[in-house]
Amino acid sequence: MSLQGKVALVTGASRGIGAAIAEQLAAEGAIVIGTATSESGAAAIGERLVAQGGAGRVLNVTEEGAIDALIESVEKEFGPIAVLVNNAGITRDTLLMRMKDEDWDAIMDTNLKSVFKASKAVLRSMMKARFGRIINIASVVGVTGNPGQTNYAAAKAGIIGFTKSMAREVGSRNITVNCVAPGFIDTDMTRALPETQREALVQQIALGRLGEAKDIADAVVFLASDRANYVTGQTLHINGGMLMP
Amino acid sequence: MENIEQRVKKIVAEQLGVNEAEVKNESSFVDDLGADSLDTVELVMALEEEFECEIPDEDAEKITSVQQAIDYVSAHLNK
Repeated sequence: MSLQGKVALVTGASRGIGAAIAEQLAAEGAIVIGTATSESGAAAIGERLVAQGGAGRVLNVTEEGAIDALIESVEKEFGPIAVLVNNAGITRDTLLMRMKDEDWDAIMDTNLKSVFKASKAVLRSMMKARFGRIINIASVVGVTGNPGQTNYAAAKAGIIGFTKSMAREVGSRNITVNCVAPGFIDTDMTRALPETQREALVQQIALGRLGEAKDIADAVVFLASDRANYVTGQTLHINGGMLMP
Repeated sequence: MENIEQRVKKIVAEQLGVNEAEVKNESSFVDDLGADSLDTVELVMALEEEFECEIPDEDAEKITSVQQAIDYVSAHLNK
């Protein structure tokens, strides 16, 4: 599934799923640019990716104009982006009755608006190249819902709808747009949950265990590769059988 | 150096995959040359690159025929 020489941009690549995606894409030969919100995070990403020709960059996806500027500079330095992985995401979990406007807005800006901005910004070069792979990291929660995550679930479901519409718009230009919807993956985000909640969640997983970040990265590599040439508008559920839609 | 009209027609032919002979001044991109909405967006992008200018969306929407493209480019290149 070689991605030799293809330029790939992965947002939120400093840890967890994003770090694994960046690593796996690079292992397949892609020139991977990973983003982090901090200088130190970007530097650490750069160290991991530089051997394969990649780099780390600072990006706050909610900062006005930041996504456009980053993509322009990456394309100038590394060439047209062939693979975009919209992975950056945060949680602000709380029951709806307690949810503040800023909890809602923070999730929408970071998790959903960033997908719109980045996908639009790479489209010009992808249309010209008559090739592009956009892979959006959604969540099982965007399909099932989850108490305490009305904001997060809404954003993730929004990503799935965005993906389907964009796939229809740009399919004729050989650009595919897909989602990967992780289930319960062992990352800092899920480690923040109370132990009892983690145990209850595992009970619902057919494979009886949490997933690893690499499991998600493998799905992303597949969708980025030419093995997935005829796959677009889909949501690939990687959840150990937690949900079978 | 080719004139603006020739350059515009060449780009239209390339972008829409039609013969340059079919591209008349009065040709409408959608009605005569078979462009879809994405084609027209790409066409404007190609014009922007060829003539090194930026065409704002509100102007781009009004460029629906070869003559309109020629007129737009002519008007904005001489500024």
